[in-house]
Amino acid sequence: MTSPKLEPVAGGNVGMGTEYLEVRGLTVDFDGFKAVSDVDLTLFQGDLRFLIGPNGAGKTTVIDAITGMVAATGLVSKSGVEVLGKKVHQIARLGVGRTFQTASVFEQLTVLQNLDIAAGAGRSPWTLFRRRRGILPAIEEALETIGLTELADKPAGVLAHGQKQWLEIGMLLVQNAVVLLLDEPVAGMSTEEREQTGNLLRRIGGERNVVVVEHDMDFMRAFATSVTVLARGHVIAEGSVAEVQANPKVQEVYLGTAAAGAEGIS
Amino acid sequence: MRILLGRWQTWAGFGTAAVVLFGVAPAVLSDFRLSLLAKFLCFAIVAVGIGLAWGRGGMLVLGQGVFFGLGGYLMGMHLKIADAQLRGDDVPDFMQIAGVRELPAYWEPFASPTFTLLAIVVLPTAIAAALGLGVFKRRVKGAYFAILSQALTAALAILLVGQTSLGGSSGLNRFRTFFGFTLNDPANRRMLYFIAAGALLLVVAVVRQLMQSRYGELLVAVRDGEERVRFLGYDPANIKVVAYTVAALFASIAGALFAPIVGFIAPSQVGILPSIAFLIGVAIGGRTTLLGPVLGAIGVAWAQTLFSERFPSEWTYAQGLLFIVVVGFFPAGLAGLGALFKRRRRAKLVAPTPDPEPEAEKVGAAT
Repeated sequence: MTSPKLEPVAGGNVGMGTEYLEVRGLTVDFDGFKAVSDVDLTLFQGDLRFLIGPNGAGKTTVIDAITGMVAATGLVSKSGVEVLGKKVHQIARLGVGRTFQTASVFEQLTVLQNLDIAAGAGRSPWTLFRRRRGILPAIEEALETIGLTELADKPAGVLAHGQKQWLEIGMLLVQNAVVLLLDEPVAGMSTEEREQTGNLLRRIGGERNVVVVEHDMDFMRAFATSVTVLARGHVIAEGSVAEVQANPKVQEVYLGTAAAGAEGIS
Repeated sequence: MRILLGRWQTWAGFGTAAVVLFGVAPAVLSDFRLSLLAKFLCFAIVAVGIGLAWGRGGMLVLGQGVFFGLGGYLMGMHLKIADAQLRGDDVPDFMQIAGVRELPAYWEPFASPTFTLLAIVVLPTAIAAALGLGVFKRRVKGAYFAILSQALTAALAILLVGQTSLGGSSGLNRFRTFFGFTLNDPANRRMLYFIAAGALLLVVAVVRQLMQSRYGELLVAVRDGEERVRFLGYDPANIKVVAYTVAALFASIAGALFAPIVGFIAPSQVGILPSIAFLIGVAIGGRTTLLGPVLGAIGVAWAQTLFSERFPSEWTYAQGLLFIVVVGFFPAGLAGLGALFKRRRRAKLVAPTPDPEPEAEKVGAAT
């Protein structure tokens, strides 16, 4: 990729060698209860996709299924490589990374150690059993991107809530994840932190497939390039922010839920 | 500069330990006390491994008696055969008494010292690796893993009691020689002490390297967030199995040294009680540190010898109480207390940089 910094755009920055995530007929069955049924999702590199929907719509379950955490049927392919049926760590090595609703960094280890571990899957025993010396260029770059360079030697446990989420995103960057599945990255953040997180997603989203599960509609409106709406395990709408907002089905789903008053879509 | 200083400190530390173990201790201790210390050093070798697997890896290894016993019995068998050969007998003395005329087939390879030494290293390593992979790949952890490892050690102890060809409940004892050296000779007993001291320094050096390597950081990450590590592209089972296997190997080496130093190896050294006793010293000393387990194991064993002579039954209670107090109130052990004081004193000068210690003590639940 020659252009230095690509902005995320709807439909993605499609070109030669574009990475993509394709989901077809994804179904997750919890003992007869279909948490997710028949979900289709196509996402090209450079598209900053938001996955929204009322509580219990199955947003997190979709991420769990793609990352191998729960068993699912259907087809999930990352740039042509089948993902479903593989183990969690194998899927991660394919370049599919995720974060969790509650930031789960290694609190006893420093920011640098967290990033170094994230960058290290596939290290040879020879490298593993020796001491870490210096900082990998990729880690230095990620520290810069997530704005934690100053805090590199601090234990991750002392970071503020927002910084932990950024560290998690940084870990995905050094992990070389092409598909980034972020589960409510701005939950519990201050307005300022949300703004910074959104800009961070804009910076990294141009060259990757970023999927953001979110409840916060203002955040979605400000930063999404495309939106998929889930309700009761089904995709009910997909398109640009404006298209989705104008969709009567979406309005119905959001008005029909108790939360609609507080965080209604339009 | 910091690396240079760190290296200097390391060498100074090892140097001091070597001077104490090889110079001071033999000079001031009687032959009897030195033998006792040699026994404690064996426990310390086990403790170093437990510190790695439990303190850094979060695996509550309640069954190190299995590997300790394995090493002890393998060495014991060789010593018994060597003694018998020296006397010109076909079978060891306890077999003669039992009326056994021919050496059992599985004993025969242990006539070779090389084979025995190899077996002491290879057998527990292989067993621990196979067992560890089977257990960790199935995501057995926490209390379930602890119970499993304890059940194994109980089973082995019961199995050994029933084996008359291994001396039954009295085990293998009355060793006379050690690779050709008479064990009655104080000089040779002193040599055994030096071997144990050397082995301890070696295992401490190995664990130090493991703890400070990238692997050590990864092991702590697995301890604190096994699932998270999985999502970063690692299989945590492989990471855990290394620490578990290293701990098993150390226990085996310790057992193999224990047998000639103390003069016997029996099912009573294999079962649940000794396995828990190994843990107590580690917990008290500070399981996440490098030297905490060593000092804890030696300290507890020394206190046991001192007090159990005078108050045999009370000591057991005191030991249990100490264990509960430490695990309940000072999860980081005495080493953690030391670090706490140091931190308080420096609190105003620099920000604290905690040792990678578990957030909360989770013996039963999630360790």
